[in-house]
Amino acid sequence: MFGLRRPSASSSKEPLWREEFSIFTADERYVGRRQMTKFLTLTSLSMFAGNLWLLGRAAFSKDRPAYPAVKVATAGEIPVGGVKLFQYDNDQCILVRTGETSYAAYSQKCTHLSCAVYYAKEKNRLECPCHEGYFSILDGSVLQGPPTRPLPKVTLEQRGSDLVAVGMTGGAEPGT
Amino acid sequence: MKAPDTPLQGRGLTAMDGVITLIIILLIVQMWLLSATLAAYLAGHRSAVVPAAFVSGLIFVGCAALYGFVERIDRNARR
Repeated sequence: MFGLRRPSASSSKEPLWREEFSIFTADERYVGRRQMTKFLTLTSLSMFAGNLWLLGRAAFSKDRPAYPAVKVATAGEIPVGGVKLFQYDNDQCILVRTGETSYAAYSQKCTHLSCAVYYAKEKNRLECPCHEGYFSILDGSVLQGPPTRPLPKVTLEQRGSDLVAVGMTGGAEPGT
Repeated sequence: MKAPDTPLQGRGLTAMDGVITLIIILLIVQMWLLSATLAAYLAGHRSAVVPAAFVSGLIFVGCAALYGFVERIDRNARR
C-alpha cells in the first residue's frame, strides 16, 4: 500500500518474529509510535491500579482500635517551656508545658520526611531542623515549610497529679 | 535514501503523533490525580478515593481507546 512493503508480507504465513527482516524501514516509524503508545497506555493502567489500591485500602482497612491510656508525666514534673519525650502507641512523642497548667503533646515525627521535630521555646513553636518546617504549638498546624499535614496531636487528660495520654488525632494515615 | 511519504502515510503518522500527545496530556492529569488522592488519603480524607478511582479508570479507558486507534492505523499501514 505504501511502497517499500515487505516482499513476503502478503504471501508468507510465517509469524512476524520468524521473518529475517521483521520490520522494514518504511514501517519503522509506525512501530516506534505504536510501541510508545502501548507503553504510555500501560503506564496509565499502572496509575489506575494505584488508584484501585488506594480504594481497596480505604474500603478494607479496619477502624483503628482504641488507644491505650498511658501516663506520660506528673503535673509539675517539667518546668514551663520545658519538654519531655515519651513513647506512645509505637510513636515517639513530645510533651511541652506551654503554661502553668497547660500542656501540649504531639508526635515528634515531621509529616514531611519524618525527621524529629523539637520545641523552639523562644518562638513558641515546633520546628523540624531538616527542611525548616514549623508547626504551631497550639494545634500542630503547619506554619511554614514543606509539610502539608499537621502533626498528629496526642490527647492528654489530667488524672489526679498524672498527665495521661488517651489518644491521637490528625496527621496520621487512618487505619494504621 | 528513504522513499518519500505518500499522503496517506503522512496522515497516519500525523494522527499517531496527535494520539501520543493526547495520551501524554491524559497521563499528566492521571499522575496529578494519583498524587493528589494519595495526599488526601494520607491526610485522612477517605471520601476522595472513590471518585478519583472512577476518573482514573475513565482516563485509562480513554488511553486504551486511543491505543486501539493507533493499532488500527498501524494495521492499515502495514496491510
